[in-house]
Amino acid sequence: MIRFENVTKVYARGARPALDQVSLEVERGEFVFLVGSSGSGKSTFLRLVLREERPSAGRVFVAGKDLTTLSSWKVPHLRRQIGAVFQDFRLLPNKTVFENVAFALQVIGKPRHHILTTVPDTLEMVGLAGKEKRRPHELSGGEQQRVAIARAFVNRPSILLADEPTGNLDPTTSLGIMRLLDRINRTGTTVVMATHDDEIVDQMRKRVIELSSGELVRDQSRGVYGSAR
Amino acid sequence: MRLQFILSEIGIGLRRNLSMTISVVLVTFVSLTFVGAAALLQMQIGAMKDDWYDKVEVSVYLCPQVSSKATCAGGEVTDDQKGAIEAELASADIGPYVEKVYFETKEEAYESFQKMYSDQWWAEETTADDMSSSFRIKLADPTKYQVVADVLSGRQGVEEVQDQRKLFDSLFLVLNRATLLSVGLAAVMLLAAMLLITTTIRLSAMSRRRETGIMRLVGASNMFIQLPFMLEGAIAATLGAALAVGALWAGVHYLIADWLGNSLTWIPYVTTADVMVIAPFLAVVAIGLAAIASLVTLSRYTKV
Repeated sequence: MIRFENVTKVYARGARPALDQVSLEVERGEFVFLVGSSGSGKSTFLRLVLREERPSAGRVFVAGKDLTTLSSWKVPHLRRQIGAVFQDFRLLPNKTVFENVAFALQVIGKPRHHILTTVPDTLEMVGLAGKEKRRPHELSGGEQQRVAIARAFVNRPSILLADEPTGNLDPTTSLGIMRLLDRINRTGTTVVMATHDDEIVDQMRKRVIELSSGELVRDQSRGVYGSAR
Repeated sequence: MRLQFILSEIGIGLRRNLSMTISVVLVTFVSLTFVGAAALLQMQIGAMKDDWYDKVEVSVYLCPQVSSKATCAGGEVTDDQKGAIEAELASADIGPYVEKVYFETKEEAYESFQKMYSDQWWAEETTADDMSSSFRIKLADPTKYQVVADVLSGRQGVEEVQDQRKLFDSLFLVLNRATLLSVGLAAVMLLAAMLLITTTIRLSAMSRRRETGIMRLVGASNMFIQLPFMLEGAIAATLGAALAVGALWAGVHYLIADWLGNSLTWIPYVTTADVMVIAPFLAVVAIGLAAIASLVTLSRYTKV
């Protein structure tokens, strides 16, 4: 589903590479934790998958497409197959929960009847049934993240990227979010989650990829956060 | 869904930047009014030329009894000289350019002179012998004046060859200068309008960065992301163009048709129909302006 071949990413000429000769493969339906300290290259990894950046060297394949040669007008279609969730939720404050989720479908031109059936289903799945009319500021952090996950998942992407989705949440709430991501993973969606949260990683026992200073230092199935620290 | 969604986005954008939107409307309004005024001035000149050039003639004044011109050193024009000029006008050289020749005797000239200046004391002092007889030549093509003038001037018995079109030159000069002024002002205002539209779109894009960020993330196409911004600029500019057309229409209707048209009736004027002819061009300029501004701005602020 995601394949990196000797990927190097250098942001500024002469600077230390953010990713250095990284090769790895994530299969369809896998759940992968991406761990490492700040600046280790986790975000760069996710940005490369979303093709917000292009690699300086090497090749990136996502959903069967070579992103290094993908022309920019095809990028929107790539992104429709990828959902993304962030630490800061990125919800639209002046839209309701329903509108926030519907927005993702509206802007890719989905018909109204499709939106009216899919959005409530998705909101129910993430556990927000009955809160459609709330606005983000009326929700708790965990609920806001659920809205963000609903938005990322409403178009049924084959890949879900999560960049520290529990970074702003307390442990109990985080656990709820992890259950939700796990459920989404069980529907066959590939989930890649960058995180600092060692408790969660240790608990979930999923594949762990560790980056350090841009280099791949560990790739372990059913791993823990890290003895390397 | 799409259309409705885009329209609501545009509405939000226009309202959020209301003061900027209004300034874009006003600046395009003023600049396009100048553009339109320049076009109307040129149309006015065209209308005058069409109307007047059909009526004007080339006058070949023949020597009167007393003249300081070298070609008139022999005194009043003789019948031989007159005959030679007549022959020349019918010749193959300039014949084809001449549509009609009419000979005005000095008595006739005296009569019309007296009619024109009957209330002046010095008109009474004048006699028919002070007048010049002349050939009045109607040219097939008024612009071919020089051909006729070249052949006839300098000839014995001809005092002066005069193109009546020259009489309008100073008027046309004034109108052309006014056009230039108008075009210059229009250019400055258009530049201001473009910069303003650029700024407006940029502001609008910045204030909706959160939305566009999410749009990009969920895979909205570039077109879909940028269209609302482009249309915002285009709508504001078109509104300005509409105001400009309205102002020009009112100007022509009230100032020219109702006022000048009633006091100076012998001039052919531009009409409100002419305003409607230039209206589409003004709209095109407005939309083009907005399009250029959008392209410049959006490629930078809403890139994939």
